Amino acid sequence: MSEINTGDRYDLAVVGAGPAGMSAAVTARARGLSVVLLDEQEAVGGQIYRNITRASHRALDVLGPDYASGARIADSFQSSGAVHLTGASVWQVGRDGTINYLRGGKVGSLHATQIVLASGAMERPFPIPGWTLPGVLGAGAAQILLKSADLAPSEPVVLAGCGPLLYLLGWQYLRAGVPIKALIDTTDTTDYVRAAGHLVEALAAWPTLKKGLKLMSALKKGKVPFYRGATNLAIQGTDAATGIRFTAGGKDMHVDSKVILLHQGVVPNTQFTWSLRARHTWNDVQLCWTPEVDAWGKLEGLPNIYVAGDGMGIGGALAAALQGQLSGLEVAAVAGKIDAGARDSAAAPLRAELTKQLRIRPFLDVLYRPKDANRMPADAVTVCRCEEVTAGDIRGYVALGCSGPNQTKSFGRCGMGPCQGRLCGLTVTEVIAQARGVSPSEVGYYRIRPPIKPVTLGELANEA
Amino acid sequence: MATNSLFRPLSGPSTASARPVEIEFDGRFLQVQEGVSVAAALLSAGVSRFRTSVVSETPRAPYCMMGVCFECLVEIDGQASRQSCLVTVREGMKINTQRGPRALIDGTEAGNE
Amino acid sequence: MNTSDLLVIGGGLVGASVALGAARSGLAVTVLDEDDVAFRASRGNFGLVWVQSKGFTLPDYARWSLASAQSWPELSAYLKERTGIDVELKQPGGLHLCLSQEEMDTRKERLQWLQDEVGPHYQFEMLDYDELRKRVPLVGPDVVGATYTPMDGHTNPLKLFRALYDAAAKEGVQFKTGCGTEDISYANGIFTVKAGGKLWQAPKLVLAAGLGNNKLAPKVGLFAPVEPNRGEVLISERLRPMLGYPTNFVRQTDEGTVQIGDSHEDVGFDDGTITSVLGGIAKRGIKCFPILANANLVRAWAALRVMSPDGYPIYQASESHPGAFVVTCHSGVTLAANHVMRIAPWIAGGAYPDAIREFKGDRFLNKDLVFTNGH
Repeated sequence: MSEINTGDRYDLAVVGAGPAGMSAAVTARARGLSVVLLDEQEAVGGQIYRNITRASHRALDVLGPDYASGARIADSFQSSGAVHLTGASVWQVGRDGTINYLRGGKVGSLHATQIVLASGAMERPFPIPGWTLPGVLGAGAAQILLKSADLAPSEPVVLAGCGPLLYLLGWQYLRAGVPIKALIDTTDTTDYVRAAGHLVEALAAWPTLKKGLKLMSALKKGKVPFYRGATNLAIQGTDAATGIRFTAGGKDMHVDSKVILLHQGVVPNTQFTWSLRARHTWNDVQLCWTPEVDAWGKLEGLPNIYVAGDGMGIGGALAAALQGQLSGLEVAAVAGKIDAGARDSAAAPLRAELTKQLRIRPFLDVLYRPKDANRMPADAVTVCRCEEVTAGDIRGYVALGCSGPNQTKSFGRCGMGPCQGRLCGLTVTEVIAQARGVSPSEVGYYRIRPPIKPVTLGELANEA
Repeated sequence: MATNSLFRPLSGPSTASARPVEIEFDGRFLQVQEGVSVAAALLSAGVSRFRTSVVSETPRAPYCMMGVCFECLVEIDGQASRQSCLVTVREGMKINTQRGPRALIDGTEAGNE
Repeated sequence: MNTSDLLVIGGGLVGASVALGAARSGLAVTVLDEDDVAFRASRGNFGLVWVQSKGFTLPDYARWSLASAQSWPELSAYLKERTGIDVELKQPGGLHLCLSQEEMDTRKERLQWLQDEVGPHYQFEMLDYDELRKRVPLVGPDVVGATYTPMDGHTNPLKLFRALYDAAAKEGVQFKTGCGTEDISYANGIFTVKAGGKLWQAPKLVLAAGLGNNKLAPKVGLFAPVEPNRGEVLISERLRPMLGYPTNFVRQTDEGTVQIGDSHEDVGFDDGTITSVLGGIAKRGIKCFPILANANLVRAWAALRVMSPDGYPIYQASESHPGAFVVTCHSGVTLAANHVMRIAPWIAGGAYPDAIREFKGDRFLNKDLVFTNGH
């Protein structure tokens, strides 16, 4: 491992080694900029292409062609000449282009004229009773175990929730011979009816739609027990998960399992953009906050910082790669390496492709809209896992006069734990909005401050 | 591999590329896969409780596997509150669960009365 | 038209304390508060209930602080009984850690002067390094010594905030958020406040709006020239109890988190943090308690103190607009007991507390005087 670079200067710094980050780095490098890419993991790929450079043939086969296609971008990145800081935990991004990170137990800092933030997405929290018990993981987490450690559940597993990743995981498990005890789907008839309004648009993205249909059909053929329109989900168990209760088809049911994988979509990881005090909009279809950016992904009011990939709004891996390239082009133009004409002619086909890639989104967003009860849970459910604050506690603070998440932080420490609101922020905003009868947009979000990732006092002291 | 692990390797314990690595966990010696995260290694070795929560000391285990949930915190080689899903396992690592809030001084209460 | 007996502008610790006290005196109170993202000094403070060396240039302030600290147990018990919330008041005494002999000497001088002025009950001890280590084994070798007074302590400011709100609500106080004050007018003994798109009326009005008091005070014939002073603080993860005394730089909360501070920056209305300043705070914290070097930082934040030119509170009743008061300070935690139990009854119509006679805002109108922060 090379020594810590402090005070190094680059034309472009990219945070995040997923498809967007890698693409931005490659695009900028190809036009002669000096580029550094920082990522927490030891290898490229982000989450979607996690471990792609070290995946075995068997893994590639199980995980499917979409995952395998990530190898191409990884190869381009690795031969691009960009500096790759692995295992680098970025704890602060400054408006002035300074990046503070922790690597190998030492703090480092560098300066970049422009920055592309590509920290992608995370799974939406799934606050139901018992969701904090050992044995409950996100479906994305299980997929990471599969990709990065070749691990799968040792007993027939329960998948619960909705969204493409859940079904994809089920399909991957089938291919791997992992038995699925139940797939408890919260999607119901009303979702199909509403999504039908976007079907024509979705048909324009026929290849993607077809992939999804094939996947669902494989699950059916695999005789995976499917429960549709599931409500009243609750994990059972006292010290660890033992099963899940739910209502489906008018009947109360329960399934025993020590591993329950929950998923109801992914949301942009906005810690950096909030910490930069960038403006965000509440997207009522995707039910999340997205940073306000221009056509190149440049943050409004922050002309040297861009967001590319799922971090600017959920679009998937292929869209992320295209957005990374678009940001990279603008970065090169601003740096004077290409003129506006060259930038625009390179961008045109990318934009056309991006539009195509995003065509399926409205359909998916409506069809797999997470249920209100699974986003704004009953009083007894833990919302802030770190500080163990319940939905009922938050509603109580609203009754006492709290109008937003920062006041609830004061009242009950909600959002003050190590995860800094990553797993409770969306829930808190929505619970307050619901209790007050206003839109989440009006309620706002936590004030996010560095350190975005923990640093020790000793490490910070070395900064002085 | 422990028979009560919630997760097991797909390829079985005899994959050619895997060379087991020995780590110490809460005083026990475990054989785990090389090159995986500490969280993955512990899960595959049958650890289902990584720590207890700081408020009510209830058991917690990994949830997100990507460094955002902070549930997988364990003490690694003397440094507490490490996110085990972000640390690659190494031969000879000493790992301990955390019970409640961590003690900066070896579990004793440094009373100042 | 929304009418009450008393309008309190500002829903922070000061406003909530005054509102609670006034409601207990029988008034119908409405508190008008801004939005979720206001500056809110109440959210950014160290939680100290602190007396030592305050009022070095004005002994009345030392007496005022001491009186509040002595009344704090009563406030805490009342809040516990009324709301069930324990605000975790602990008054084991406090330590001001000194990193140089010069600092020790200066402090000895000041504390001695204060004791001479206030009386022998203003107790303090000078602790050299060895003495200090006996009481606080974790203290680092670079600490030269400390001044200790039994008068000091700390509390959980967020629990205090919640408890004040809860108790006040139980006494019938109405809290209105999203109601930043836009204008105040006065006619026929009634104040009309335009806030949150509505009009609010009452015969009595208290300005407890922190930094907002600067602009509001002249509207009711008062003068409150408060300016922001930024302080940055680091917060650790929750840790097992290890620090039994609150100190000027470091304290461990009842929840186990360790707070390390602080700074005094004149940067205007900017509550952002600066990495080098945070690094300096971290360095100093580790000097005081080397064991903290391994503690994980979970949060760093900055807040704006509400600073008057001499650092002392401003309490005044308006003469041109009878019924209007200004109540502002930068020690809203320490003085909470006084605000509930001494200031509020005065505002509700009781006798003027002689103890606050030096704290009128008018003192700053004297152009001949130069003020420095007396802390």
